[in-house]
Amino acid sequence: MTSNRKDPVLVVLQMSGAYDALNTIIPYNDPHYKDYRPMLKVEPEEVLAINDKVGFHPAMAPIKSLYDQGNVAVIQGIGYPNPIRSHFRSMDIWHTAAPDKMGMDGWLGRSIRDLDPNKENVLTGVNFGRGLPRALASSGVSVASVGSLDSLGVLTGIESQDQRSEALDIFARMYSPMIGSGPTNDYLSQTGLDALKGADILSTAPGKYSSSVEYNGDQFSQWCKNVAQVHLAGLGSRVLYTGLNPGAFDTHANQPVALSKLWSDVSVAIGDLYQDLKEHEASEEVVFLMFTEFGRRVQENGSGTDHGSGSVAFVIGDQVEGGLYGEYPSLEPDKLDQGDLRWNNDFRSTYATLLEKWMGLDSKPILRDAYEQFDFIK
Amino acid sequence: MADKDIALMAHLMRRAGFGAQYHELEARAAKGYEETVEELLHPEDNPHGMDLDLAERYFIEWNHFVRGVPEHHAWRMINSKNQLEEKMILFWHGILCISDSKLQSYPTEHQELEMFRRCGLGSFRDLLVEISRDPAMIYYLDNCLSHKGAINENYGRELLELFSLGVGMDGEFNYTEDDVKECARAFTGWTIANSIPQQPYGRYAAKFVYNPDDHDDGEKTFLGETGRFNGEDVIDIIVKQPATARFISRHMYNYFVADDVEVPSWMDTPPRDPETIKMLEEEYYRSGYNIRSMLRVLFNSDGFKNARFSRVKSPIETIIGTLRLIGDWTTPKPGLEFIFDEMKYMGQEILNPPSVEGWHTGREWIDGGTLAHRINFVADSVSDAEYPGIRDIINRLANEGPTISPEGLVDGCLQMLGDYEMADETRDMLIAHAEKGSVLRTDAEDFPSQVGETLQMIVATKEYLYA
Repeated sequence: MTSNRKDPVLVVLQMSGAYDALNTIIPYNDPHYKDYRPMLKVEPEEVLAINDKVGFHPAMAPIKSLYDQGNVAVIQGIGYPNPIRSHFRSMDIWHTAAPDKMGMDGWLGRSIRDLDPNKENVLTGVNFGRGLPRALASSGVSVASVGSLDSLGVLTGIESQDQRSEALDIFARMYSPMIGSGPTNDYLSQTGLDALKGADILSTAPGKYSSSVEYNGDQFSQWCKNVAQVHLAGLGSRVLYTGLNPGAFDTHANQPVALSKLWSDVSVAIGDLYQDLKEHEASEEVVFLMFTEFGRRVQENGSGTDHGSGSVAFVIGDQVEGGLYGEYPSLEPDKLDQGDLRWNNDFRSTYATLLEKWMGLDSKPILRDAYEQFDFIK
Repeated sequence: MADKDIALMAHLMRRAGFGAQYHELEARAAKGYEETVEELLHPEDNPHGMDLDLAERYFIEWNHFVRGVPEHHAWRMINSKNQLEEKMILFWHGILCISDSKLQSYPTEHQELEMFRRCGLGSFRDLLVEISRDPAMIYYLDNCLSHKGAINENYGRELLELFSLGVGMDGEFNYTEDDVKECARAFTGWTIANSIPQQPYGRYAAKFVYNPDDHDDGEKTFLGETGRFNGEDVIDIIVKQPATARFISRHMYNYFVADDVEVPSWMDTPPRDPETIKMLEEEYYRSGYNIRSMLRVLFNSDGFKNARFSRVKSPIETIIGTLRLIGDWTTPKPGLEFIFDEMKYMGQEILNPPSVEGWHTGREWIDGGTLAHRINFVADSVSDAEYPGIRDIINRLANEGPTISPEGLVDGCLQMLGDYEMADETRDMLIAHAEKGSVLRTDAEDFPSQVGETLQMIVATKEYLYA
């Protein structure tokens, strides 16, 4: 690690709804695959082959191209003990890194506390989306949550620019800790001022940004653009979070069309973001984690797939040692877990690797245990 | 009628309900405080608290509750005259938690909330029996997996830890690990007819079944008493315990009066207001564990009346309170599901508490994201003069006379929002903000927007985060 290297940044891309692992990294030569997926199978000649066993979904060309450049680690067979097939609970488990009990706070919230123990930067963690994912929530940790960089912070409904800046000026003075009393006053004041300050700083990002990359107009693409804008503005953010709206990948029906569209949109957005960072010579500073809450049922239901277990995750970046990690779960009928892919590596191994080898943090207090690590970071 | 009577009524309606528009506060204050308390305590006098027919025809998903349960309950919180009844459903839902993320069966969850409607103001003993028989709870805490000779302790433990005794009181533990096991044994055989089916069969509510063959009828020793206890016997022992009186009193206090420390700290941290807690404990025993009686004592106490603005409003209180204030959703129209999203973004998704501990309250409602969301939601709502409740505020202020001073405008708005009180510095800033053209003409074209701007600034204050 050279001394002028910038602080490592983790971008987490949450693909809500549970993408179908089997049709994402496809075991296209496995004879069982065609049996389980008479309607939904992707033909071998369409698969973007990684080797003679598995390959990417055809709509994932931009990610496949990053894979070919050695920048994508595919974590096959990722999961957690006693898989739960509820979206909410399963996402909770990924967020809190606590499969065996209901956890209150998130692994990234705890990481942000370690990254910025004195709360020097209100933008150490930034979420792009509506509502803060529990992954980022932790008591006493302030995380900026941004619906859009174009309308930030409080009192966004005031249309007139002059009127709004006047209102924000008063807001800042009203939230002074000197005003008011009671045990919660300081905390509320600080949170209000942090929200204001965070929005203030963040709002400078688009002005500093110029790029030849043109992102698509969909929401996820725009959030990816915001990720680039914030990172490139040099605001000291270390954890950037965004994703697809809840349920997006929940393809119980009409999967072939829906999944292709989703993977196409997502892959193009990620390819654009990567290209954007590359153009600004910043791609070595960022690693992406893309995950979903669980896999889907191996046996199709005729039009789509139901909830399953055993998934696949992706770690992407210049500093990533690309390749296949974990094992592809067996499709032999007697090796399935109640008809689902059987996981073979705990998701916390991937978290631990990212925390230790990329972010330079001690993963044990954050994950509350030590986990075996992968070698996917250079 | 003195202004302080209306201010007190505003306080009561924020706590025992989800707030009220000013004309309702006036009418209730005219009727009297104690009379209003009694009316709130007796929802049975006014079944449903509203006319549900039209809404039931419009929101056809309410026929089977395959979906629409959060929206149904939101609708009733907004429109019911029985405000306390709705507030109690949320109270019990936050303590006797279940979660849709595990159940995935809205009909079964709805059935539980309706049980709270039926039993939420009655005897705490009966409520504990009901919740122990409740199919959603039985599934949520795995009592259906607890068998004679092979207990699952989950329900037995949470019944003691989170639903009745609490871990400890005054620095002492309230029960032992053996008590947990004995409690779980007593509830073996309390199960459901079919495990709650996942999609797409989630439209049938599960049913309680007592299976005597699977009940461990052996002798048990629980909290020092010995016998061949069944579940109800265990509940009879639980409700006698001083720890239960304390636990339920503290929950009531934290929900209705003032923010106390979070539940896990109760073993070692004494109550914020020991006097009011003691009064509630005494009424608990005197009334035979009657919740309605405890609430009557509470609402009529000085401890309650003097506790204005000492609780951070929950997200649901914020959302429902705002919708009641502006007078939106009094008639059916499309898009009610937005309300569920708002709850989620603000940090309190009904039917999905973060854990069996329920939601943490007080300052824990607020973080950078939820604060901005809360302020923007309320500010956008109150600045829109199209809403009948806001139009009413504008008209009332205009009726005061042809002109209004900046002070008059700010104080008038504060009053209309339910007699909010601001720190002097905050009030001065609000007045300075309103002071653009010195004296304001109430018949001017931009008077509504001036009122809107003032309301918007008020709801963005720290003071307004409290109820």
